Amino acid sequence: MSPPVTAPSVTLVIVVAALIAVGVYLLLERSLTRVIIGLILTGNGVNLLLLVAGGAAGGPPIVGMTDPERMSDPLPQAMVLTAIVITLGVTAFLLAMAYRSWQLNGHDEVQDDLEDRRVARRAALDRAAYTDADVGTEPESLDEAAAEVHDETGDVGGRE
Amino acid sequence: MTTDLSWLLPLPVVLPLFGAGLALALWRHGRAQGVISVIALSLSLAASVTMLVAADSGPLVTELGSWAAPVGINLVADRVSTLMLTVSFAVTLAVLVYSLAQGVEDGDAETPVAIFHPTYLVLTAGVADAFLTGDLFNLFVGFEVLLAASYVLITLGGTGERIRAGTIYVVVSLLSSLLFLTAIGVVYAATGTLNLAQLALRIPELDPGLRMVLQVMLLLAFAIKAAIFPLSAWLPDSYPTAPAPVTAVFAGLLTKVGVYAIIRTQTLLFPGGLLDGWLMGLALATMLVGILGAVAQNDIKRLVSFTLVSHIGFMLFGISLSSEAGLGAAIFYVTHHITVQTALFLVVGLVERRGGSTSLNDLGGLAKVAPVLAVLFFIPAMNLAGVPPFSGFLGKVGLIEAGVADGRPLALVLVAGGVVTSLLTLYALVKAWNKAFWQPVPENLPPVHLPRRMVGSTAVLVSFGVIIAVFAGPLYGYTERAAALLRDRGQYVLAVLPDGQRGEGESADVTEDASDGVGEPGADVVEAADTGAIDTLATDAGATDTLATDAEATDTLATDAEAVAP
Repeated sequence: MSPPVTAPSVTLVIVVAALIAVGVYLLLERSLTRVIIGLILTGNGVNLLLLVAGGAAGGPPIVGMTDPERMSDPLPQAMVLTAIVITLGVTAFLLAMAYRSWQLNGHDEVQDDLEDRRVARRAALDRAAYTDADVGTEPESLDEAAAEVHDETGDVGGRE
Repeated sequence: MTTDLSWLLPLPVVLPLFGAGLALALWRHGRAQGVISVIALSLSLAASVTMLVAADSGPLVTELGSWAAPVGINLVADRVSTLMLTVSFAVTLAVLVYSLAQGVEDGDAETPVAIFHPTYLVLTAGVADAFLTGDLFNLFVGFEVLLAASYVLITLGGTGERIRAGTIYVVVSLLSSLLFLTAIGVVYAATGTLNLAQLALRIPELDPGLRMVLQVMLLLAFAIKAAIFPLSAWLPDSYPTAPAPVTAVFAGLLTKVGVYAIIRTQTLLFPGGLLDGWLMGLALATMLVGILGAVAQNDIKRLVSFTLVSHIGFMLFGISLSSEAGLGAAIFYVTHHITVQTALFLVVGLVERRGGSTSLNDLGGLAKVAPVLAVLFFIPAMNLAGVPPFSGFLGKVGLIEAGVADGRPLALVLVAGGVVTSLLTLYALVKAWNKAFWQPVPENLPPVHLPRRMVGSTAVLVSFGVIIAVFAGPLYGYTERAAALLRDRGQYVLAVLPDGQRGEGESADVTEDASDGVGEPGADVVEAADTGAIDTLATDAGATDTLATDAEATDTLATDAEAVAP
């Protein structure tokens, strides 16, 4: 018998890298459907990563069936199972959201924050966000402001 | 360490989940659902308060299904988790009463009760699980439970605006979950365990570079959930669109679960403050960028959301000091902030109801029209800004004292940044007060009467925030003891693994395995050596070096790792 292999398979590692790379690329898209596919791919990549974390593949981890040295680690498999279930549920929810978005808007593009744009535009125009009663109406220039001030001694100064 | 009370531990998770199932089965009977939710949350609150008192004399541990700790999953209730649990159940109960009253008023158009109650209960169960768990993967499951519930709540009703905001929220949350899952995979590959107590023993043995990678990955995942600055952009966009009670409970609890996870992992798994400088920088950026965002806003809901981001910075400030005083102040600040931020969002919900808008342009004169509402806004607003004598002031003073005591230049910069942030918070809230409550009353103000129960539940929450200030002395003492316990990792590890190897439940096969396979040096010797390592931990709080240089302990841990990870 050859000694048990402990290192995980390189193929799995390469597949993990490829899945996550493709997934991240798709995540950067505007269309929610593509984002969902990206999430599924990334999720599967991470699940495979968990399997890799468990070490090399081995026999079924049942006492009496496999030599303990050659057992595969069951814990990562249980974790992957949990993660798969979670990803499935959330994917279904996201698909429903994409469909609803298509129902409402005729497309499923992830949209920008509108209020953010509004605040930025107002700032670019250098306009006050709102008017309030305390501010009052400011005169345009210094001359006008001076003209508005009622001067009690105006006659003496002789401003004809 | 386990007392009779450890049977209480699963209740805060099980009761809401059971209630959720029952409420879902009774979806036709709105009134029965309401009663079920109130009962489930009240009982959970009672259990949390009992544990809060009991945990003061030592952590409570329970092993699920009686499987011994590193094999099975365990729940741990120490001072921090019970405090968080109690405050969050108090807050969720108040918000539930508010939403019940709103449902009665609006005929359930805003909050479709048939879905709302079960989801809300699942959300609280997820939050409770995240606070109580002693296992990293179970923490992930707790997060997923609360996030899945929050996806439903944030898109409740499926209007265009909620779908738009919800999409961003769901995708960002999923991304953080994937990061967390990746981190879990790497942690497992490196240590062969996911039990937090066992990780506390094994992570210090790792190569410093690898340890740093694990720390950064976990921080990254939690920082998205906690909305720490470069990763906070999703929050002010998505939260304000949800119904008022949903926004209130999200703002109060969900980000704090992230903060709690940061506190737990940083103190238990990565002591020694390797990344403190980075955390300080992030805290400063979060505080300042958040509050500048709030100042620029013209919508009161968004304004309050930005103050939420900014004040997460205060908590991170306390954590980054990695001193007992800093942590104690941070925990106190979390307690204060959960109540005050939730109350503020509930009040904003009432403002929207009375004024017919959340835009500061359209609001005005509410102080004249609805004086009670004005008082209800004023108290939490001043509390948040840190005006004495409220709890916000006490929390900030605690943080500033801890920062000055720390004395590092960056800590002093943070102290200054904290003061500036408080002032700007005051400015932003006074601006909102001036626009919404003082200006002339708009002509077409609808003659809405505010439902008494909505105002009542808000008032209860507001006064709860004031009560925190009144009883700040004992509470601050409790948070400081909680921080001391967090710093003394040995107590946590000993509570979970009394002999340094196994919990108190059953794991017959593994014990056999340990004496057969690993037992070459003799099982007793292994046990003695490992207990020795724990003693070192217990006597010397932050001493990871002691552990690392202890050759005997390293040997034991290596064999131990082999036993678990073939």
